[in-house]
Amino acid sequence: MPEKLKNKEMIIEDPSVAQTKLRRRAFVGQILVGVIIVFFWEFLTRIGWLDSYYWSSPSTIVRIGWTAITQGTLLQDLAYTSGSTILGFILGTAGGYVLGLSFWWSALYSRIFEPYMIAFNAIPKLALAPVLVIMFGIGFDSKVILAFLMTIIVAAIAAHSGVQNVDPDLEKMLISLGAKRRHVFMKVVIPTTIPWIVSILKINISLALAGTIVGEFISSRQGIGRMILYAGQVLNIDLVWVGVMVLSILSVVMYLGTAWLEHVLMKGRTSKS
Amino acid sequence: MSELKIVNCSKYYKKNGEPMCALEEADMHVENGRFVSIIGPSGCGKSTLFNIVAGLIRPSSGEVLLDGEDITCESGHVGYMLQKDLLLPWRSILDNVIIGLEIRGVPKKKAREQALPMLKNYGLGGFEYDHPDALSGGMRQRAGLIRTLLYDKDVILLDEPFGALDAQTRMQMQNWLLQIWNDFKKTILFVTHDIDEAIYLSDEIYVFTQRPGKIKAKIEVELPRPRSEKTLMDDQFLTLKRELLLMLGEERASSE
Repeated sequence: MPEKLKNKEMIIEDPSVAQTKLRRRAFVGQILVGVIIVFFWEFLTRIGWLDSYYWSSPSTIVRIGWTAITQGTLLQDLAYTSGSTILGFILGTAGGYVLGLSFWWSALYSRIFEPYMIAFNAIPKLALAPVLVIMFGIGFDSKVILAFLMTIIVAAIAAHSGVQNVDPDLEKMLISLGAKRRHVFMKVVIPTTIPWIVSILKINISLALAGTIVGEFISSRQGIGRMILYAGQVLNIDLVWVGVMVLSILSVVMYLGTAWLEHVLMKGRTSKS
Repeated sequence: MSELKIVNCSKYYKKNGEPMCALEEADMHVENGRFVSIIGPSGCGKSTLFNIVAGLIRPSSGEVLLDGEDITCESGHVGYMLQKDLLLPWRSILDNVIIGLEIRGVPKKKAREQALPMLKNYGLGGFEYDHPDALSGGMRQRAGLIRTLLYDKDVILLDEPFGALDAQTRMQMQNWLLQIWNDFKKTILFVTHDIDEAIYLSDEIYVFTQRPGKIKAKIEVELPRPRSEKTLMDDQFLTLKRELLLMLGEERASSE
């Protein structure tokens, strides 16, 4: 029941206050849940309910992780993995976007290549990893190429869908204002497809990471993936956990990075600018 | 001076192998500065005719002349506005209306300076930096028309620009359009379904037949200007309205 008005006073509601309050409380709640999980993990492994051989424990992970940073090569590995992921992501997404946009220019060309694009999408690219490692060596290149192959087709399909969504009446309007095809491309096609490409950025960054890790699993001298594989082989499960934690953090950071990129690209698209 | 001549324009399409006529021998002569309406049942080839005049499609036969020069199949000679406002949602109103200037190569800054007073004078002051989704339907149509005006062609084609608006807004927009027409001395070719609208706005009205689209009659409207709501109750207005209603009624009857 809403409160009755007393003494004819006026009540002016401000919905933004409630929103801010909700956001603040949610943030505190999120931190709290994280702390509880870490606490129970530590506690249960200490009292032996969880076998610390398999589950390690937060304190061990931090300790081993610190040693890996100061005495091992964890930071170099991290740079290696994130470098090839980001490079592959950028090349794949940009390349796919250009490929998808190119379908706008010719209906014939678009018709011819569409089925090949779908077929290429259906190939499990990760299964090609052994071949790629043989082709491009066990170094940086093969990881970048795997990340690239994982992302390019997703971007191309998104851009292609965007191109098909270009309003033909907008095109007609511009042509009636004397526009050439390149004007239509710059002023209508690209802005129309931007939300489409933006919507797959987050998917692509995780695909790129998956590609890189698999590349490192197959064969590599560096990288977090190689570190995890090596640790697993010598039954150093604590180090596996360190690797997994580092990858999780990397993945969250890259997610935030793409969220920021999304924000930049979509700027000025709402009326409340 | 600008004088638009549409000479014997026809358009045929093939449908299931049979040639189908969308527009049959349209012959029109629009003099400088006139307000000319085209009225007819839907599917009477009005939009086909506009697309031909705007140079967006090729007529099967005939030609379009502007001041004696052949402009058939050439776009960019006339301003054209469709029923939908077709504003780009990612651009502000100001940046939307200058797009024609931009295409012509006018620097953005100069184009904006040129557009700002225009927006202010014609009812869009205060909305320059808003995006189209913040505006009402009538406001968006205004922006669409200002965009066409800034493109600065002597002949403007308007394809049912007020078709999607409610009756109140429509009346308001009609007066607004008459004011603009009076200020800029443009030649306007206007398509509508609405008999009242056609009579209220025009100097002459072309009545089209049901498919195949063909000119059935040309009616001169000699109501004095400036016109106002009172015009709608004028005897002459009502006589014309009766005449047009009968004509369009015949058209519907013959097609059934």
